[in-house]
Amino acid sequence: MHKRFAGIDIGSRTIELVVVNEEGKIVESLQSDTNFDPMAEAKKLLAGVQYDCIMATGYGRTLFELAFESPTVTEIKAHATGARVFFPQALTILDIGGQDSKAIALAENGRVKKFEMNDRCAAGTGKFLEVMARTLGCAIEAFGKEALLAEQDVHISSMCTVFAESEVTSLIAKGTNPREIALGLHASVIRRAAGMINRVSSEGDIVFTGGVAKNPCMTSLLAKRLGRRVFIPEDPQCIGAFGAALLARER
Amino acid sequence: MWTELGLDLEAHDALLGVLGQAYGDIFLSQKNRPDGMGYFDFVMSEVHGLRIRELLDEKEAGRKIIGSYCVFVPEEIALAANATLVGLCSGADFAMEDVERILPRNTCALIKSSFGFKLGKVCPYLESADMIVGENTCDGKKKAYESLGHLVENLYVMDLPQVKSANGKALLKSEFQRFKTAVEQLTGVSITVESLQQAIKTVNAKRAAMHRLSSLRKSDPVTISGLDALLANQVFFYDNPARFTESVNKICDELEKRIAVNDGVFPARTPRILISGCPQAVPNWKLPWIIETSGAVIVGEESCVGERGTRNLTDDSGTTIDTMLDALVDRYFQVDCAIFTPNHERLDHIQEMVTDYRADGVIHYGLQFCQPYLMESMPVEKALEQKDIPCLRIETDYSMEDVGQLKTRVEAFIEQLR
Ligand code: SF4
Ligand code: SF4
Repeated sequence: MHKRFAGIDIGSRTIELVVVNEEGKIVESLQSDTNFDPMAEAKKLLAGVQYDCIMATGYGRTLFELAFESPTVTEIKAHATGARVFFPQALTILDIGGQDSKAIALAENGRVKKFEMNDRCAAGTGKFLEVMARTLGCAIEAFGKEALLAEQDVHISSMCTVFAESEVTSLIAKGTNPREIALGLHASVIRRAAGMINRVSSEGDIVFTGGVAKNPCMTSLLAKRLGRRVFIPEDPQCIGAFGAALLARER
Repeated sequence: MWTELGLDLEAHDALLGVLGQAYGDIFLSQKNRPDGMGYFDFVMSEVHGLRIRELLDEKEAGRKIIGSYCVFVPEEIALAANATLVGLCSGADFAMEDVERILPRNTCALIKSSFGFKLGKVCPYLESADMIVGENTCDGKKKAYESLGHLVENLYVMDLPQVKSANGKALLKSEFQRFKTAVEQLTGVSITVESLQQAIKTVNAKRAAMHRLSSLRKSDPVTISGLDALLANQVFFYDNPARFTESVNKICDELEKRIAVNDGVFPARTPRILISGCPQAVPNWKLPWIIETSGAVIVGEESCVGERGTRNLTDDSGTTIDTMLDALVDRYFQVDCAIFTPNHERLDHIQEMVTDYRADGVIHYGLQFCQPYLMESMPVEKALEQKDIPCLRIETDYSMEDVGQLKTRVEAFIEQLR
């Protein structure tokens, strides 16, 4: 019998489940919304999935540990472990998820050397972009593409979601091109992310993970702003769960 | 007894309820604690009981009680003039709405708390004090004492130097002299060569006991948790000095036996953390509790409620009051609080402690809005990084809202050390 190892990343917005085989290759990958009862969602997601052991990560990891008696690992280490498999040379990781963001610097041997986190407010996270897309009446999936079509951006000065929203509303009222506003909003999130990256590492390639990495405008602005190459794994959102699955396999 | 002191009974009961609950969850739930900690459990359970009774009895017998907020206030001078010095705790949020009517929101939790305990009328130490000593340290405290002066009648403010120069030292000396006169006036007792000598010995003994306890934390496995050691450092400020010294030494005897048979409170090779930064006053146990429930052990506190406060002894060989005052000035002048500029002694001390206690990493503890320590946290982190010593800077307050986020940070940091 071949063994299977699972990793579950219980974030504030979504839950990812990844199963790897003995070679560490992904054999199954699932996702669902966290909703108001994360443990019920996790249970649903796990139903029918075969695995020998599981490791939990994400903000809901402690709840999961209590309910399923599983070992846990922080998002930091999980992302570092997962991203490293796809890009063995990269020493810097940026993860922007639904409600938090983090920058991680690795040592040559892959160990976490330093990290910075923003987890106190929605500014600079996926949530911020979501709220802004809604204010502009744009689907979140298309938000990045639309922003890239702008020829120039308008400067958005508020980082705070609440203030930025009223700033956007008044720009719309003034008749500013919505694409330019969109680009300005992306640039404001990138300014924050770049600051965080600079505090942990000043050079080298960057691996961009988390749901927000799927946004093409974010990746291109990030590369431009820092003058560093930015790589995105195939399914950036499941890197945390993948890393946790690999750590379950190591145990 | 409480009404006599003018406490708000309902609020006081509520505070004790919360305190008792937290104490049980955080301290009593630890495994394999040294038996000697039973003494501290008792002190904590009686912190608003027997100890207050004792102080009131002392007062009855003519002694005076002096409350202080900072380790710069020399206990020796109080003792020598027949007064008892107690630290006034400021480790929990209380009556915050009332506090924010007097202090700006962006004031550090420690200062806010000291006001909260006064405004909420819940601190029997504060209410039984005959004199409350404030001191000009950081700007926050300095200005806050101006406001506190309107709330209490017996505030005495001590000025302190900000630079370790000859002038600074002269200022400290003249302030200690002024304090001596003020205390003598309060108690009506003149300090004599003998009484000062005795006081220096008493306080030295108390500090020496803490040094002994600290050095026993160098072992692996560690035989006392960081939480319990912090508790000893906190009780340092409240308890009768002689009894405290005796109890700490008793714990040390026990720890020595445990070390001999490798009987630790955490398994050998548990990641070892040094905490450095702002003081952690009772009942502020938040960060140590997070750290020690996340798989690491705290082996030292570079803090005023810790080694920064207790580290040097006073030369007790003086034979005149003046030489002894000089010796006290010499001793207190070495406290490397972040209100001094420059303050590289603190940086050196942190690195020394990392080596001495064999720490794997440093967690810098900064209270939100505490400019001196938050400012210093940057050069501290940089210096440690240059020596490949991992460092995590934490900025927080007394609320429990950020416990989840802090836990993630601390756990990730500990993963980094393994
Ligand atoms: S940190 Fe500075 S101001 Fe605070 S107790 Fe220590 S010496 Fe006094
Ligand atoms: S030094 Fe910092 S922690 Fe201490 S009272 Fe001042 S601001 Fe608060």
